[in-house]
Amino acid sequence: MSIYLHSIITRNSMYRFQWEETQGCHVLLYPEGLVQLNQTAATVLELCGEETTAAALIETLQERYPQADTLVEDVMSFLHEARDENWIVVRDTE
Amino acid sequence: MMSEESGVSGPLWLLAELTYRCPLQCPYCSNPSNYEESLSHELTTEEWISALRQARAMGAVQLGLSGGEPCLRTDLEEIVAEAHKLGFYTNLITSAYNLSSERISNLKEAGLDHIQVSIQGADKRTNDLLAGTACFDRKIAALYHIKEQGYPLVFNFVVHRFNIHQVWDLLTLANMVEADFVEVANCQYHGFAFLNKEALLPTPLQIRQAEEEVARFRSQLSRKMEIFFVVPDYFEEHISPCVNGWGTTMVNVSPNGRVLPCHGAGEMKHLPIPNIREQSLQDIWYHSTLFNQYRGTSWMKEPCASCPEKEKDFGGCRCQALAWTQDAANTDPCCPKSPHHGLIEKLVDPASQRQPLVQLRNTRGTKMEFGELVFRGAAKAT
Ligand code: SF4
Ligand code: SF4
Ligand code: SF4
Repeated sequence: MSIYLHSIITRNSMYRFQWEETQGCHVLLYPEGLVQLNQTAATVLELCGEETTAAALIETLQERYPQADTLVEDVMSFLHEARDENWIVVRDTE
Repeated sequence: MMSEESGVSGPLWLLAELTYRCPLQCPYCSNPSNYEESLSHELTTEEWISALRQARAMGAVQLGLSGGEPCLRTDLEEIVAEAHKLGFYTNLITSAYNLSSERISNLKEAGLDHIQVSIQGADKRTNDLLAGTACFDRKIAALYHIKEQGYPLVFNFVVHRFNIHQVWDLLTLANMVEADFVEVANCQYHGFAFLNKEALLPTPLQIRQAEEEVARFRSQLSRKMEIFFVVPDYFEEHISPCVNGWGTTMVNVSPNGRVLPCHGAGEMKHLPIPNIREQSLQDIWYHSTLFNQYRGTSWMKEPCASCPEKEKDFGGCRCQALAWTQDAANTDPCCPKSPHHGLIEKLVDPASQRQPLVQLRNTRGTKMEFGELVFRGAAKAT
């Protein structure tokens, strides 16, 4: 299944997202595991704490990082990765 | 607080073994074989809370609450609540023997994130026989309550020679209770389990069949359920790395306050074992002999010392080296390059003699018989 601009995205409630001061980064926590997130991943996952769409995500990020030129590709490829990892839940609007 | 001294960073994982008391008597238990020494003088609630604070300040973020049976501690809710407040992700690792629906919901309220339930067999008879205690029905009831109350459910099936043929049934059961993760973990022969290794080790054929069943089950699964299959080190061609290396990631506090780099390190009687009642966690982590002894690679002997793999597998398991070769600095005997590898080859050879008795994990030294072999009954003390 593909992710479209209008797909509805939420963070999987099984994962906990938090800032870790000692590690100097955001992390995702899950049963007996931990993923350290880079800046893009952290920003996207923070934004999908509440239901959103891929398009809205991209728009917010574009405002925050106006100089980024591959933003659409970056976000879409991260979303696919995050979906495969089960970090986010993706639904289609019909 | 970022605290790095001589390039060593703080732990990420705190394993709090709240008690070694346990209503079960699994012969594969990896508690130290001298666990009896820790049955009294357990850390108090305040002492545990202080340990949590110290570990969190050093950067630990995952907390495992295990044992023994952690639910035997009546202050479990209090400990969980404090851990949650500190920002730990809290994992309860339990046999679910005394985990009522009410307790599950109180723990949820206290902020518990996840419950991992271990099971000894796929049906009542096998499970209760292998646990040495009737507990199957209680476990199944708890599994439903855990799921109902919205926890991620991790199901841990410890397999060995006497139950590995039940992998398919077990996965079916896990799927029925809607587990999120399933670990089919061959028991690791540490601590108490080491005493029973000859009796418990599956045959290579059994392992291959179980692996095939896991793969087949995965391919026909319609819901999301991750299945991990862990082969015993003895059969691995590659040496499995020691977590991320000794004293890099994990810190283990045992019921009476001993602080160890891993749950098996209590067997390291050649080194002084630091105690959180006497020293701060910070001091132990950075300065104790036990933690520094096997950090990095400079302690290694040949063949590890000149091996290109040493940065990847850290020379394998220190506890296994100690148990088999009486020197924890030796190469893990599971490695084909180890001069002691013959011991492992002899053990895994299906034609080799097997010890007919398993010893149950209790303080009475009860021995028991399985299958076609002749054993002593649990009632007859040895
Ligand atoms: S392995 Fe069995 S005996 Fe050991 S602590 Fe766990 S449930 Fe208890
Ligand atoms: S010799 Fe040591 S470092 Fe090399 S593969 Fe074996 S255990 Fe690993
Ligand atoms: S020494 Fe062995 S038992 Fe201990 S953490 Fe390392 S691999 Fe695990």
